[in-house]
Amino acid sequence: MASATQEPPAASGVEAPAARVLRAELGPQLRSVADFRGDLAITVERDAWVRAASLLRDHPQLDFKLFLDLCGVDQLDDDTDEGLRDRYEVVLHLYSVTHKHHVRLKTTAPEAAPDVPTLTGVYKGANWFEREAWDLYGIRFTGHPKLERLLTHDAFVGHPMRKDYPVGQRHVLKSPKVQLMDVPADSEHLLVNIGPSHPAMHGTFRVQALMDGETIAACEAEIGYMHRNFEKMAEVRTYWQIIPYTDRLNYCSSFMNGHGWALAVEKLLGIQAPPRAEAVRVILSEFSRIMDHIIAIGTNVVDLGAITPFFVMFRAREDIYELLDACCGARLTVSYVRIGGLAQDVPEDFEARCRRVMKSVQEVVDQADGLLTRNPIFTSRFKDVGAMGKDEALSWGWVGPCLRGSGVAYDVRKDHPYSGYEQYDFDVPVGTVGDCYDRYLVRMEEMRQSLRIIDQALRKLPSGPVIVDDKKVALPPKSEVYSNIEALMNHFKLVYDGILPPPGEVYGYTEGANGELGYYIVSRGAKHPWRVKVRPPCFNIYQAFPSMITGALLADAVAIIGGLNVIAGELDR
Amino acid sequence: MATRVVTVDRNLRTGPMPIVRGMALTFKNMLATWFGGKASTVQFPEEKRKTSGRYRGVHILTQRMDGTPKCVACYMCATVCPAECIYIESGERPEKDIEKYPTRFEIDLLRCVYCGFCVDACPEEAIVMSRENDLVGTTRAELIIDRDRLMDRNKLIEHGPGYRPEEHDVRRPVRIAALERLRKEHGIVPGMPQRG
Repeated sequence: MASATQEPPAASGVEAPAARVLRAELGPQLRSVADFRGDLAITVERDAWVRAASLLRDHPQLDFKLFLDLCGVDQLDDDTDEGLRDRYEVVLHLYSVTHKHHVRLKTTAPEAAPDVPTLTGVYKGANWFEREAWDLYGIRFTGHPKLERLLTHDAFVGHPMRKDYPVGQRHVLKSPKVQLMDVPADSEHLLVNIGPSHPAMHGTFRVQALMDGETIAACEAEIGYMHRNFEKMAEVRTYWQIIPYTDRLNYCSSFMNGHGWALAVEKLLGIQAPPRAEAVRVILSEFSRIMDHIIAIGTNVVDLGAITPFFVMFRAREDIYELLDACCGARLTVSYVRIGGLAQDVPEDFEARCRRVMKSVQEVVDQADGLLTRNPIFTSRFKDVGAMGKDEALSWGWVGPCLRGSGVAYDVRKDHPYSGYEQYDFDVPVGTVGDCYDRYLVRMEEMRQSLRIIDQALRKLPSGPVIVDDKKVALPPKSEVYSNIEALMNHFKLVYDGILPPPGEVYGYTEGANGELGYYIVSRGAKHPWRVKVRPPCFNIYQAFPSMITGALLADAVAIIGGLNVIAGELDR
Repeated sequence: MATRVVTVDRNLRTGPMPIVRGMALTFKNMLATWFGGKASTVQFPEEKRKTSGRYRGVHILTQRMDGTPKCVACYMCATVCPAECIYIESGERPEKDIEKYPTRFEIDLLRCVYCGFCVDACPEEAIVMSRENDLVGTTRAELIIDRDRLMDRNKLIEHGPGYRPEEHDVRRPVRIAALERLRKEHGIVPGMPQRG
């Protein structure tokens, strides 16, 4: 990118440890180091790709153990390059839970031979991400164990995210894949399909299991049933227009997706929403988190045969939906955030409403706690089922309640506070074993902590505007649009030209209900983003699912999948 | 604030008592629902859940005092629409200060995502939303609603207006024909949205 500089960031004067180590180890193979809005980006030669990733993971000063995201970028119109030598970029995002820093590692591949060595040997989580990059961009990852289409189907022709892919085509899948894995003809094992449309699968995704009696001998997962290529659509939408699309990612807590998107764009623009807007965002995000956890726990236990906690907990969810309706006029697809603030101020009785909902949440959490936590029927289904170790969880790229259940206290709200989370006092619950029971307990405790945050935020809810006073970002007030020509022109310009951010790329991340929800935005200064990549938390989590249930009982697989809380809208995007 | 990490206690004592208590809770909730009126559900469709005054339902085109559309066919709503569901054709008006009006204004409700951006983008308070959310059609064409249906919809009698700008266009007042008729013919003034 044009923003890349060879020099270390001028602001700090000292090169970041990741850049320093890689420069010392790789020498000329390190191509450039850039720092934009505090995001460190290192570009290396293709030959040094795997080595650089391994160094980042293993070097004690760096310790980038948590795999976050890997994606492709098509730099088709990059006229700084002749012959499209660097047409495809592969972008890797990593995080270190010990040193609390992020890094973005990039490499490029030419149009003629888009081959990049695979990272599956370094990070387990890279597997599906590389398949996705192959599927959408046609970047071949040499050495990948199973480089097949992931989000699109087998009859799909071409790679849809390429900038020169002709859109509007239809590819019909005439014969769906019956078998996801090879079964020997003389095998006595039984092949069982769980999903794509199965009550225990919480969305449309499919797992095929080879059963040895009640035990799963081998299994394979298939996703993409709900793939709509949100990222491609985002490339022809303005930053503002993308907000309704984000509602449909994790639809159980849609407000948080919009919150994350707004923060990522605000980071790109270098602006900050007013304090009142941030406080309201925090309150509604925490309510959304509660709602998401309610669904995770409620539906999980329904799968195990306990319908009472589900009905008990869904009462509070209904109340939260009513609160959202009062604020923004929709229950599920809220579209309440705007870049730089909120669509409109909260209703007058907002605090009273929130207090009422808090009371109801407190009540149902206590009731569900009484119904489940010490119930031996429930604990015997959950305890020591689907245990996931700390290191393995990091390598898969697990985040959120699932990672915390495995004992890693990584919470974006604590470690990289945004929207004023640093003002609020709350605890980060962690588990020890990393089984279903730990994940359940962590979610229960998080709901209580969310209530604490909401309480504090309500207490110091500041007054003032709810959207920035920036004519290039926020629409002017309607009263001015109706009455004066400057505001009207401003309004017209903003609607037609959109928000114009500076060229550059940012990775904005927030703590979604399922964990770190990241938006990687590449901007070229136009009104549409050049590339948007969502880092969906449950994509990493679900990726580990087949290996988790291999060797487990089929009934346990149902208990595990509910506890992972995989949301298809976010998984398939 | 310092990070406080709490480890969840997974060694709680289990036993038959939690099951008994759970059963008691279930019966308590059952009685509260039956006799205490604490049900969370409503008897749909006889009874309908109340939506807020900001509810984003099917659109309404407002009118000038003379009954012509307030819309000046500026295409802002069609531009901002993320679902690309608004189709406008414009014609000329004889008045110098209005110039244009929509000869066609159609919203494809099968595409619409009810985000309310059209309302935000409108510089004339010409498009607002109602609280109607249970529109049914037997053909696709029925759910592409045209200008005249958008201007005067009987359904409003039941639902009332929803999402609309916080400030009125006081210099060029609008009227919502259906509401006026409602007041004249039935003497009902539906609840207007509360403005925070």
